[in-house]
Amino acid sequence: MPISESDVLDVARLARVHVDAQELSKIADDLSNILDLVESMNAVDTESVVPMAHPLDMSQPLREDEITEDERRDEWQTLAPSTQDGLYLVPKVIE
Amino acid sequence: MNNGWEAVIGLEIHAQLATRSKIFSGAPTAFGAEPNRQACLIDLGFPGVLPILNAKALRMAVMFGLAIGARIAPRSIFARKNYFYPDLPKGYQISQYELPVVEGGAIDIEIEDGSTRSIGITRAHLEEDAGKSLHDAFPGRTGIDLNRAGVPLLEIVSEPDMRSPAEAVAFMRSVHALVRHLGICDGNMQEGSFRCDANISVRRVGDERLGTRTELKNINSFRFVERAATGEIERQIDLLEGGGVVIQQTRLYDARSDTTRAMRSKEEANDYRYFPDPDLLPVRITPSDIDRIRAALPELPAARKKRLVDTYDLDEKDAGRLTTDPSVADYYEAILKAGRFQTGPAKLTANWILGELTAALHREDRDILDCPIPASSFATLIARIDDGTLSGKMAKTVFDAMWAGEGEPDDIIEARGLAQISDSNALEALADKVIEDYPEQVSQYLSGKEKVFGFLVGQVMKASRGQADPKRINEILRRKLSDASE
Amino acid sequence: MNMHTLSVRELGDALRRKEFSSVELTRHFLARIEQYDSEINAFITPTADIALAEAERADIRIREGDDSPLLGIPIAHKDIFCTQGVRTSCASKMLDRFVAPYDATVVERLRAAGAVMLGKTNMDEFAMGSSNQTSHYGAVSNPWDPTCVPGGSSGGSAAAVAAGLCPLATGTETGGSIRQPASLCGLTGLKPTYGRVSRFGMIAFASSLDQAGLMARSAEDIALSFAAMSGHDPKDSTSASEPVEDYPAALQGDLKGLRIGVVRDQFGAELDERIGSRVQEAISLLESLGAELCDIALPDCALSIPVYYVIAPAEASSNLSRFDGIRFGHRAQDPEDIEDLYMRSRSEGFGAEVKRRIMIGTYVLSAGYYDAYYLKAQQLRRRIADDFARAFEKVDILAGPTSPMTAFPIGEKMDDPVAMYLCDIYTSGINLAGIPALSVPAGFVDGLPIGLHLMGNHFSEGRLLKVAHHYQRSSDWHRRSPPAFA
Repeated sequence: MPISESDVLDVARLARVHVDAQELSKIADDLSNILDLVESMNAVDTESVVPMAHPLDMSQPLREDEITEDERRDEWQTLAPSTQDGLYLVPKVIE
Repeated sequence: MNNGWEAVIGLEIHAQLATRSKIFSGAPTAFGAEPNRQACLIDLGFPGVLPILNAKALRMAVMFGLAIGARIAPRSIFARKNYFYPDLPKGYQISQYELPVVEGGAIDIEIEDGSTRSIGITRAHLEEDAGKSLHDAFPGRTGIDLNRAGVPLLEIVSEPDMRSPAEAVAFMRSVHALVRHLGICDGNMQEGSFRCDANISVRRVGDERLGTRTELKNINSFRFVERAATGEIERQIDLLEGGGVVIQQTRLYDARSDTTRAMRSKEEANDYRYFPDPDLLPVRITPSDIDRIRAALPELPAARKKRLVDTYDLDEKDAGRLTTDPSVADYYEAILKAGRFQTGPAKLTANWILGELTAALHREDRDILDCPIPASSFATLIARIDDGTLSGKMAKTVFDAMWAGEGEPDDIIEARGLAQISDSNALEALADKVIEDYPEQVSQYLSGKEKVFGFLVGQVMKASRGQADPKRINEILRRKLSDASE
Repeated sequence: MNMHTLSVRELGDALRRKEFSSVELTRHFLARIEQYDSEINAFITPTADIALAEAERADIRIREGDDSPLLGIPIAHKDIFCTQGVRTSCASKMLDRFVAPYDATVVERLRAAGAVMLGKTNMDEFAMGSSNQTSHYGAVSNPWDPTCVPGGSSGGSAAAVAAGLCPLATGTETGGSIRQPASLCGLTGLKPTYGRVSRFGMIAFASSLDQAGLMARSAEDIALSFAAMSGHDPKDSTSASEPVEDYPAALQGDLKGLRIGVVRDQFGAELDERIGSRVQEAISLLESLGAELCDIALPDCALSIPVYYVIAPAEASSNLSRFDGIRFGHRAQDPEDIEDLYMRSRSEGFGAEVKRRIMIGTYVLSAGYYDAYYLKAQQLRRRIADDFARAFEKVDILAGPTSPMTAFPIGEKMDDPVAMYLCDIYTSGINLAGIPALSVPAGFVDGLPIGLHLMGNHFSEGRLLKVAHHYQRSSDWHRRSPPAFA
């Protein structure tokens, strides 16, 4: 199924990646080709096949409710582009 | 209500589970830390880190499910809810979508006329909280505090079973009481430990179909639920009556202005792209896990109600009202214990709790847990009514004084000289004097004029300056008059 | 002395016999990196100071009589593993200045075993590629022909081992990223059972597929090293608790009666016939060592690539959402608002292939497409896993070619994503099923190495290594090294 340029823009927005106008048709072609490849899946009937989300047949392990983490905020915030008074800063968000 | 319109309300309650550490990390959950000091690498969504489920959070979700008679999923799945927001560190929230831990069940609420009604629960699932955005801390900037990120939440989703804001409040109260009774949530609404979103629509009475709903977010008190829902119902009715339509949207409740406004929709069409979280495996809960958790549950409201009816001969309705909120029942039983009360005083206690005490709490919008009267003091008050020291009217005065913090009932009785004259000798003397003073009325009574008896009782009462127990006066007078006739 | 031509076992023996120290050995490899890496670009960040410090500590332990097999042996880590205090870039501009604040479990365990970290190796950006051309730090050259790619995504690790810049390197797989470059560079590469090695600290591409492994010249080298990095990790929910085998012990014995299934469907039109012949010769050699052959069909495996290109991008699109320019990583200059911050930070930080996969993944998870793509792929994933499960009821291992082609020229396939994706046609099914596999050098075509692909059932790493080891005792392809780096 070909993916249209407007589909590309919708998906790019949902994924928060920018697509340049001059790249748009190339990206639409690439994504369409990938989807063509993917659609060969439809050749196989999977009615009533239980989906496999994970290769391991195990159950979720649990941890005890214990505090195991040290407080290292200042160290971790050295990796952040912008902080002040212990807060991570972003441009003003309007809800 | 409202000119042939009916409201349909469903709530999504977020109860913060009372764990020490977060749902997927070992960082602390305590409230009030400096920004980001309780956010570890897992909470911050650093590259390469992985979540591990907190056993206690899971156990608490199961407790809730068992308490409401829900189905506990033998296999449940964590899913990712994908959207971008600055206080959502990974760009997705770990939640549950298909196969939540808890499905079905119901919770009783007490409605205005004092009866109870059952509200269906669609599901309850585990999820992690997001962080907090501080919009006013810096000019032109939003500050992000991720201490809350990863705090365990139980999202409790009701069926659209409520028909008025008052019912919505009653439901929220019932859930609030239950999660605290179970010890799975501290219920602190100021700190955001218990909050809700309300889904609201209106329709013509008799219409089976649901109207278009809006979702009100950010409601963190019982009063706000009532006000926000009332306002939204009016807004929708006005819109529809004016020929308009309700648009499905998320609206933010602002307590300061007591209004709602549409949120600037950030996640276009809410395409959350849920899919099973590949970092987490299916959560399995075996029947023996369930048995173990069930065995450790505190007594549940329905069982307690039955026990109160059986043990103390309370009527069903009173027992139901006492047990809707387990802390009310706790208080009730603490009084019985302090006073070692059996059936009679136990019923009297129930009347007082459901009557005077409930009224007083409502009047001041206080919770039973903030009740200024210790259970042991209340027990003394009931004992004084039961032993005839206090008349009903006097007891009310003593209750008011206790409520106002004036101390123990016996001290109040003494200080105010409120005790009924229960000294038999004194009462007999008063009765003798009245019989002596009113021979004409006595002989009228003895010749069959029953009505005169009331007059004679009144005279004794007057002589006691209102401090005699009318019942005792009755007894004494009848005995003396019948003696006199012989 | 040509220390770089010795095997891990030979190096360990020499260290324990004090023929040279770990510091001397480390200096030798550091000198080779200095001398040759400008030609092949295998390292993003060499860590000479750390290597020498770790080598000194290893020498002390050796003097104290510690005889751990990896003690003092230099190793290179793919730059996808977090290394505390060392840049961990994932070959992306996004993390160009990201100094990881913690160690991946793999790194921590290998260090504890005494391995000496020489540096962080180049790779496809976020492990998305099969040629190592998507790296922000430039393409890597294949030591056998510097105009050709080394394969990917663990191309830097492969090139480094092939060029004798280190005897051993970690890699990671999502769809063939260890085995395919091992094949293209003439190395032995193991992709373990999903869950055998902790994913904690390994920057996620597709969580249900990702698994760390090793690349070395021989199966014996891997057998000596692999136990140190594997085993259960409580920090990874998807880590298996299955006990770790004694891999060196598993190499013993012979191949008599071993049932090998030859995957006939993997010798089709897409396979270079000359590669097919070499692989067939290798399988015949195994037969001459006592193995029994039969043909096996894996009909649903033909759909591995389509299924992989739904599941891997879907998980990736979500895993990479955390790179938002807020807590770490690249942030665009002077963002106008939060949307601009997200859009530009991610668009500047991610390369074209990463963005392409994020978009595909977002698309297949989005409303209206989930069932047709993601759910369908999960159903087919089950059928592919069932294909293998059925095969392993009949045979002990499966054999076929690792890659349909030898190393191709740098620059090729970059404009044709679909052609690039077909590089993993024989390998990605293994990741979908979660089973182990390895690639073993099995000859040359036009002077470029080709690989024999051996696949086993869950947790059969020991058996796979044994088969490869016996093959390598009867062949010398794995001893060849590229002349330019002798």
